[in-house]
Amino acid sequence: MSKGKILAVVLIAGAFAVGNYWGGLNSAAVITSSSGGASFSGGYDAAKDADLSTEPVVIEEMAGEVRVVNDGESIMAAVKAASPGDTIQVMPGTYHETVYVDKENISIVGVIKEGARATMDGKGVLNDAVLYSGNNFLIENMKITGYKGNGIMGQAGNNFIIRNNLIIDTGVYGIFPQLGKNGIVDHNIISGIEDAAIYVGMSDNILVAYNDVFESVAGIEIENSRHAIVENNYVHNNTGGILAFVTPGLPIKTTYDVIIRNNFVVGNNHANFAIPGSTVGMIPAGSGIVIWAGDDVIVEGNIISDNKTGGILIAGHNDFGSGSNDPDSEPNSDRTMILDNFMLNNGYDTIDDVKALLLTELKTGNADILNVGSGVGSCIINRHRYVTAGVNDWKECDFTNTNDIKTYLLDKPVPPRVIDKSETGKIAYLGVCTGCHTYTDRMIGPPVNIIQALYMDNPEGIAEYIANPTKKRDDYPEMPPQNYLDAETRLAVAKYMLSRKN
Amino acid sequence: MNKLIVLCFSIIFTFSYSVTAGENLKPHSGSEFSLTAKCPPSFELIENGTCKLRNMYQFYNSVQGRGLGGTQTSLPKHRDGFTPAQIDLGRYLFFDPALSKDNSISCASCHQPEKGFSDDLDRSIGITGEKVGRSAPTLWNVAFLDKFFWDGRADTLEEQAVGPLFDSKEMGNTPENLLNTLNAIPTYIEMFKVAYPQNGIITVANISESLAAFQSSLISLNSRYDQYAHGYHEALNKNEIKGLNIFRSFVARCAECHQPPLFTNNQIAVIGTPDPIGMPFDIGAEKTFNNKKNRGGFKVPTLRNIAKTAPYMHSGGLKDLREATEFYNKGRGHAVPEDEDLLIHWHIWEPELQDEEIDLIVEFLQTLTDESLTPQLPNSLPSGLPVIDAAYAKNQIQKQQKQQQNINTESGDEDE
Repeated sequence: MSKGKILAVVLIAGAFAVGNYWGGLNSAAVITSSSGGASFSGGYDAAKDADLSTEPVVIEEMAGEVRVVNDGESIMAAVKAASPGDTIQVMPGTYHETVYVDKENISIVGVIKEGARATMDGKGVLNDAVLYSGNNFLIENMKITGYKGNGIMGQAGNNFIIRNNLIIDTGVYGIFPQLGKNGIVDHNIISGIEDAAIYVGMSDNILVAYNDVFESVAGIEIENSRHAIVENNYVHNNTGGILAFVTPGLPIKTTYDVIIRNNFVVGNNHANFAIPGSTVGMIPAGSGIVIWAGDDVIVEGNIISDNKTGGILIAGHNDFGSGSNDPDSEPNSDRTMILDNFMLNNGYDTIDDVKALLLTELKTGNADILNVGSGVGSCIINRHRYVTAGVNDWKECDFTNTNDIKTYLLDKPVPPRVIDKSETGKIAYLGVCTGCHTYTDRMIGPPVNIIQALYMDNPEGIAEYIANPTKKRDDYPEMPPQNYLDAETRLAVAKYMLSRKN
Repeated sequence: MNKLIVLCFSIIFTFSYSVTAGENLKPHSGSEFSLTAKCPPSFELIENGTCKLRNMYQFYNSVQGRGLGGTQTSLPKHRDGFTPAQIDLGRYLFFDPALSKDNSISCASCHQPEKGFSDDLDRSIGITGEKVGRSAPTLWNVAFLDKFFWDGRADTLEEQAVGPLFDSKEMGNTPENLLNTLNAIPTYIEMFKVAYPQNGIITVANISESLAAFQSSLISLNSRYDQYAHGYHEALNKNEIKGLNIFRSFVARCAECHQPPLFTNNQIAVIGTPDPIGMPFDIGAEKTFNNKKNRGGFKVPTLRNIAKTAPYMHSGGLKDLREATEFYNKGRGHAVPEDEDLLIHWHIWEPELQDEEIDLIVEFLQTLTDESLTPQLPNSLPSGLPVIDAAYAKNQIQKQQKQQQNINTESGDEDE
């Protein structure tokens, strides 16, 4: 293209831009007050939640023993010794270990003395600091540093509380609850994480609040999760500030009903140092809030400033990143809702893609809100305040605040599965015993009718035997102990066994 | 004298099997066989006459009913609700070479019970004697799956069953020939009447459903790992627990795709495992979903009974568990051919595990072995063919002979 042609194109584009600019100013701005008006009426409806039991909830009180771990001792040893309900109090000192908690109702409480914390140090060798899978897990006041993997990782534990922890330079994720329901991540300080400082994955009913996260690739990530509120956090100098993502290829396919409100999302301009191949590796440095295939995400009341690429970026799988190879994950960000946010000095040093996007609407300037992709049903209020692209066809929101949504946490903790006690024996008998015993035939163990004849009215005898079996019959192999079943279950099995008629 | 009898007996058996294979069927008369009225172990016979699976994971709950995640989560939805007769009929069909074009192999030829319901081949061998494109996946816990074949192209066990049956390289049959064969066996005619009292006839749909019924009874949920999961932490030793923690750490990331309690997340993943030299690149799920991004993508297999099913991966390129574990430590995409551009799963990275950590993972994987609910092989089949196939029967007899010889030699030594 000759210089003359380029000039002509620029002039024409410039003329359009000026026209658009003046045109925009000349049309009256729709000013919506968010102080009053309607509140968001959608969101989480506990009545429709099939995961919740209608049975009365019996939650064990944290009223167990307190086990004190002193500097030089092992936190893991205390966890091993603990029973559900116990609290492990960790005194200031340095602990070089991985702690796993495959038990219910365990609390790990660091003791802070004159600012000195209990410090878990992976020394760049250990994988994860804390792994939990039990329900009702609490961890607070710890300092975690130098692990290769995660600071605190949860797998399927419900009703978790992770608070007041200091997590520095620790591998992939700082705090990573996964596949849990009803959990709180609050008042943590986290920095130097290769992926997300706080990563809520495949979870429901979550509160992430009052955390200070910085110098990580992603600050706070809500991924393949529902009913999450991210509020009152200070998210600064990460590559991307707050993310609401659907990552394809995971067994749980949706992210929806996420409220991101009243956070400071400031200067998230850190160079991207993500691991090759990770989802967050694609995030351009300087991204404030990123919505990627998440649905029903509300952005309200945040201070979003000094993010050099853009303040709020909204995209689908097919528009941004490596796209989706998962036919079951819906790729678009639908029903994004942007209420009032204080946005200042975003997009001041943006990427070419954003510039091109602005140009399609003949805009230049510092981008606050950018939407690409085919999401539907989105809305915004007071759009005239921001430099935007891709939101012209968004409707006005029919509400102005989320004041009515106090929390998505549950009134009552998620109950453990309530099993009819009369079923315990049957399930354990069928699930375990029938592998070796039939009612009348010889299998690996003797027939049940012979056991019945021996033990008649003595279920306690069977229960005792299966916990500590001894070899009784020459023509049968010795039975392996069934002491992994608790005493109550062993007795229930024994009673059920004696009640069998075929 | 005894030795002589055993030997003669064996020779007769071997001989009879070797002539049966490939020859016309010599069906047994119906009177020898009857389908059981009892459910398999771990199943409860409920009022409507069907079998319902019962297991210890029913005590737990988990997010969205997906049954994935930590130690104490429930299992996902599964197939059950078949009658004892349907399951038992499926058992006979599964082990019967009459289902193949030339009566030479059965489903169990590639899915042998003592080999983790797989075979020990990199890629299985069908009726042509040639290797097929991929390895035989285990059938343990298929009741919990919703995608079948390595490339996920079938959604149900029934749909899956007709794949190998009518594949020219696998069992090579046609629907017409299969129905003719089974209809020539009086026992099967009787058995289908019992298992399917409504229509009472032999159809491809009834055949594949009873195969599905049998396969969904292959449950493996009572390993030592499961005892640990149910709260008995002494079930695993120190090393195995260390291995478990490396397995589920976000450094190794094994548990992100091989999620407990099934040790699969039932998804397709592109991980870039090597194909054997000379074999064209297998595009895997790209074809199924008509999506380039799934190129080289395969189903995440369960790790239950994984110690029994070497060699590993879709084309058996990795010979043992250590090699398979080490694959993930060698770096993202290290085995991808140069001319291929694959969208490797983001969980595959460079975990830089130490050698002893890899060993510990391998040690942990052994704790996932549980074959307590292995079904019984039929003593004989309605078709009169050898159970599983002729080669298998011959092998079994040789094994028995060897054992017998050993016993005899040992006792002989004592005599001297």
